[in-house]
Parts: sequence; C-alpha cells; structure tokens
Amino acid sequence: MRDYNTRVVVLGVAMLGGSSGLVGSFTLLRRRALMGDALSHASLPGIALAFMLATTLGYDGKYLPLLLAGATFSGLLGVGCILWIRNKTRLKEDTALGIVLSVFFGAGVALLGMVQQMKTGNAAGLEGFIYGKTASMSAMDVRLIFYASLIAIALSFANFKELKLLCFDEGFAGSRGYPVVLLDVLLMSLVVLVAMVGLQAVGLILMIALLVIPAAAARFWTDTLWKMTAYSVILGTVGCVIGAMVSAVFPNLPSGAMIVLVCSFFFFLSMFFGTARGVVARFLRRRRLNRRIDRQHLMRAMYEQIEHPDRSDTSALKPGSEPVRKTKVSIDELLLVRSWNWKRLMAAIRSAEVDELMQYRHGHAQLTHAGFIEAARLTRQHRLWEMYLITYADVAPALVDRDADNIEHVLEPHVIDRLEDLLEEQELLFPVPTSPHELGDGLTSSEEGILP
Amino acid sequence: MNQTENVNQVSPLSVDDLTVAYHRKPVIWDVAFDLPEGQLIGVVGPNGAGKSTLLKAIMDLIPRASGRVRVFGDTYRNNRHRVGYVPQRESVDWQFPVNALDVVTMGLYDEIGWCLPVRRKHRQRAMEALDRVGIADLAQRQISQLSGGQQQRTFLARALVQDADLYLMDEPFAAVDAATELAIVDILRELKKRKKTAVVIHHDLQTVPDYFDHVVLLNMRIVACGPVETTFTAENLNKTYGGRLTLLDEVNEAMRRRETSL
Repeated sequence: MRDYNTRVVVLGVAMLGGSSGLVGSFTLLRRRALMGDALSHASLPGIALAFMLATTLGYDGKYLPLLLAGATFSGLLGVGCILWIRNKTRLKEDTALGIVLSVFFGAGVALLGMVQQMKTGNAAGLEGFIYGKTASMSAMDVRLIFYASLIAIALSFANFKELKLLCFDEGFAGSRGYPVVLLDVLLMSLVVLVAMVGLQAVGLILMIALLVIPAAAARFWTDTLWKMTAYSVILGTVGCVIGAMVSAVFPNLPSGAMIVLVCSFFFFLSMFFGTARGVVARFLRRRRLNRRIDRQHLMRAMYEQIEHPDRSDTSALKPGSEPVRKTKVSIDELLLVRSWNWKRLMAAIRSAEVDELMQYRHGHAQLTHAGFIEAARLTRQHRLWEMYLITYADVAPALVDRDADNIEHVLEPHVIDRLEDLLEEQELLFPVPTSPHELGDGLTSSEEGILP
Repeated sequence: MNQTENVNQVSPLSVDDLTVAYHRKPVIWDVAFDLPEGQLIGVVGPNGAGKSTLLKAIMDLIPRASGRVRVFGDTYRNNRHRVGYVPQRESVDWQFPVNALDVVTMGLYDEIGWCLPVRRKHRQRAMEALDRVGIADLAQRQISQLSGGQQQRTFLARALVQDADLYLMDEPFAAVDAATELAIVDILRELKKRKKTAVVIHHDLQTVPDYFDHVVLLNMRIVACGPVETTFTAENLNKTYGGRLTLLDEVNEAMRRRETSL
C-alpha cells in the first residue's frame, strides 16, 4: 500500500467495483445479467484488431483508449448479433448468446495468436485483458477507469427511478410514455461503460462476476431497492479492493481471479446469513411458522376436547365443579386428535406455557383464562373459514386467503354474519360460547402479539 | 355496433379498423368501436381472444398492423396523461425489492419528471390512493408479502393516483379475494359517479350485468358492442365463445402451418 502505483490502482478498482455493483443491480433485476457476459467476451477480437491496426499504421498499439474503443465496438457488435439472431430466427436468446459468445471469443483468441506472431509491436501484456492484470495498469489507465465509473454512477443515480420502473414493469412504463427501448439502451450503455473499463482489472472472462455477484449477494440482505444497490456498491468495492491488493502482493495471482474469489466469499456469506432472504433466515422463518401452526392446532385441540359432548355433559351435571374452561385434558387425548408426535406436541405445550396460555402437570394440560379466550377465538376463526369453504364452494378456493391474519380482514362483515348464523344452525358442535366471541373479537388484532 | 346516440360527444376511446399481428399471426382483426363516456365497460371474450392485446395496442405498447385509435379525439400519445393503466397482475415479478407505496408512487413518475426525486407530496398522494383501495396500513410492506388481492389493489392504486379520465384495466378481478372484488367494484362505481370511463377486461360472465353498463364482446374481432341489456345476450355469447373452435382457429392453423413450412 505504500507504493504510489498500488494506491492508484486500488482507488481505480474500488471505483470499478462500486459502479459495477450499482449497474449490476439493475441488470440483475432486468434479467439482462448475461448480456454483460456476452459483451465482455465479444470484446476480445476488437482488442486484437485495434492493436493490429494501430501497430501496422505505426502508432503505439497498447494505447488504452484505442484498445477499449476496439473492444467496445466488437462487444456491441456481438450484442447486436445476439439480438439479430433472436429476432430473425426462431432460436431462443440463450442459444444466440452461446453461439455469439463462443464464436467471438474464439475469433479473439485466434487473432491474439496472430498478433503474437507479428514482427512489429510488442504484444506482451495483451493477454492481461483475458484474466485481468492490475499490475500492468498505469496511472492514466486508472484515471480512465475512474472517470468512466464516475459517469456510470452519476447516470444511474440521475435515472434511478426511471430504471427502477423499467425493471419492475416495462408495460406500465410504456403506457406512461417512457421510451422503454431508450431506457434499455441507457442501461446497456452503462454496462458497456463499466465492462470495458473493467476489462483490464478483472479480465473479460470474469467481468460478468462483478456485474452479477455483488448485486445477487446484496439481494439477500434487503427487500428495498436503494438499500440493495447500496449494499451491492459496498460489496463490489470491498471485493475489488481486497482482490486487487492480494494480487499486488502475490504477482502470480491474476487480479480478476482474486477479485472474483473475494466477491464470491461475500456471496456465500450473504446467501447463508442474509437477513432478508438468506438460507438461515428462511429456515428460521419457516420454523417459526410451523411452530405457530402447531400452537394453533394445540389450542384448537384443547378447545375441541373441552367442548366434547361427553365431557361437557358430565361437568355440567356436577354442581360446584370447576368451570368448563378449566377442564384438564390428558396428553394421550391430544395425541389422538392430530398426527403429531409426542415431541412436537410437548414443544407446542411448552411454548404455550411460556406465554401463560396453558398449564401442564402430570400429563394433563389445562388452559388459563387468556388461553381459553385465545383457543375460542382460533376455533371460531377456523370454523368460519371452514363454513365459508363449504358455503361458497364454487368461488371459495381462489378467494380464500388464510394468510390474512383474521377472517374479518378478508371477508365483508355481512358474509361473516351469515357464516355465524350458519354455524349456529349447525348442531353437531355446540356453539362457541358467546362471551369468548366478543372477547375474542376484541383480541383479534393482537394475534401476532399472543402468538410469537 | 350501434353508437348513434354518442355522435355529439367526443368518445373517450374510439378504435377503427385495428389489426394487430405477432410474428405475422393476426391476433385481433378489424376491431372497431366507439365507447361512451362516463360508463363502466366490460371487455369479454375467451382466452386468447386478444383482450390484453387490444389494450396494449391502444396504448401503443405493441405495433399495430393497421388501424387508428382516438383517445378523447386525439392520439394516445397526446392524451396519455388522461389515461390510467392497470396491467395484469402476473405481468410483473412480485419478488422485486419494492414496497406497496413505491409501486403506487410509480404512477406519478412522469409527473415528477426525469431525474427528479420523489418528494413528500408525491408520497402523500400515493398514501391517499392506497387509502382509497383500503390498504394504507400495508404501505411499507414488501410486495411479495402482499396477498393476491392486495397486490391487485396496489396496482389499482397506482392507476388511481394519476387521476385520469379513462382507465384501462387488464383483469383486475382475476384470482382476488371476495373483499378485494367488492372494493374494486366500489371504486369502479365511484369513478363512474365522477364521470370517468373504465374499460375492464373481465372473465366472469356471471357478474358482467352487475358490474358493467356497456360490454365489448371480443373474439379476435368484435362480436358485439353495446349496452349490456341489449348486447349481452345468449346469442352473442354463443357467437363469442361457441364459434371459437371452428373457422377462426382453422384459418389460424393454416397460417401457422404456412409459416413453419417457409
């Protein structure tokens, strides 16, 4: 880091990582990520040809702007070929992409071989474009990267909301009069800008990684677009800086490969531990949901056991006996009503105990007052949904939205009214007592509070 | 296609001789109609009848092979600001990292202008639109966590926030819950009260007479178009849905064969 040149290079690749992270977020969401790959691969023949042309005309063949102009030209030609093949033949885009990418790259490698044989000019270092070689970058090259990245970042920020609309809903964008094609061209130009200046640092084979990996990794952390782009910029920058520094310390390690490895390390970290969509977060969410369902099943099973005719009859007959809600239910009875195993049932009981909905002693469970209200509410809700499904069988399945916390939020009051009438007419279960009804209604919005 | 009663007014949407073809395969043929102002208009027809295509062609989203579209007597381009569009819910990726409020705000982007940020007053208006469709409390929720009905309401709010005069809606009732269906119907009636026109692609034939005043029966061509009472008849429906497997399909099949053999 003490070396001036290294510092300049690190600054350059940092800008590159940031801008490609930003542009990459949009291409990822627009599902155009592979276009960047085609573009960078197709740039190789342009580099070789530009070098050949310049040296035969007697200029410096390794003048960077010239090489990049050649790269841009042939890269765009490649993308144009892909679009042409897709539109004019019945081949799909992925096929067109595969053909163009490999043909252009192959042509590039062949041309590079010819360049190596040339008498004039020193072609050494051109292969740095393939794998990336930050060590061969001059301060002027870095300046080029710096300004190009700055332009890409500025353009993305200025048109942030337009690009967001394009990526989310191009049909709507078109209906509002946005030039969708022009916006796509803008996005593609940003990719060109970033990919071309990135060729030297990362190399054309691995350039795609910088456009895809930071953005994909960022997606695991957030569900907000501006945060996703911000994280993507940070990941891209840090990945590039670390990668370039490692490559500077060990000159035999190409910088492109190092940058990609560092970025993919971040990616795997994000994939597992990302707070929004990471594997671990999803697993935990899934488990929480299962537990919540178990809890609901348990509460309903308790309620149904309590209201069971045999039990309620006997308890009603004995004056002075405990109120109905305090009926003890043995764990064996609970085990019979559902297909759960002992372990799962016990886990549900324990968690209900923690929330003071239930007490468990000597193999018997007993609802607390709050637990009884909750159980009555859940049972009522469940039965109303069932009744809804039965009554409106023709339309119901598509319309039922049980994810909505409460039936009241989904169905109109008069529908619920009618369902409750139906429920009372039905005599196979004795109706849910009236008091929990009202109490339950009062509690409806706090379901999340009671059930973690 | 008896529209003589509306000749004095400028029709909010008038289509002449509209033909659209994808890859040389015609999707809608010679479509022509004039729609009355301030009414709720249902567009009905079987799958693949070209209903969405019709809406997209009206809005210049897809190229037309021929035809002329007039929106309030001018081109769509010039009267774009008076039209609100509700695309099909399946047309977008609901995993996209935005929340409901963001989506509704998109309806105001062209008003905000290029390169300018969304300001508080725009967010305020988007909130009001969300409130109108009854999901203001879900404004900050990521769109993948909304139910189908709530997603549809979000789309509706995005069109409402523009305060247009003509609304084009592509299957707003498809796979929504009962409460959402009622909420959408309420909004349609409120629009009508305010003399707005809504053109709605609809699938459920049973509810057409309840929801709409005017109906367009479409099956690649216009089968019938007019007030629901006189147009939405068994005979016309039979022509729309019953004839599907015969002539038009055969012609299409022949076209397709010819194309593949080329």
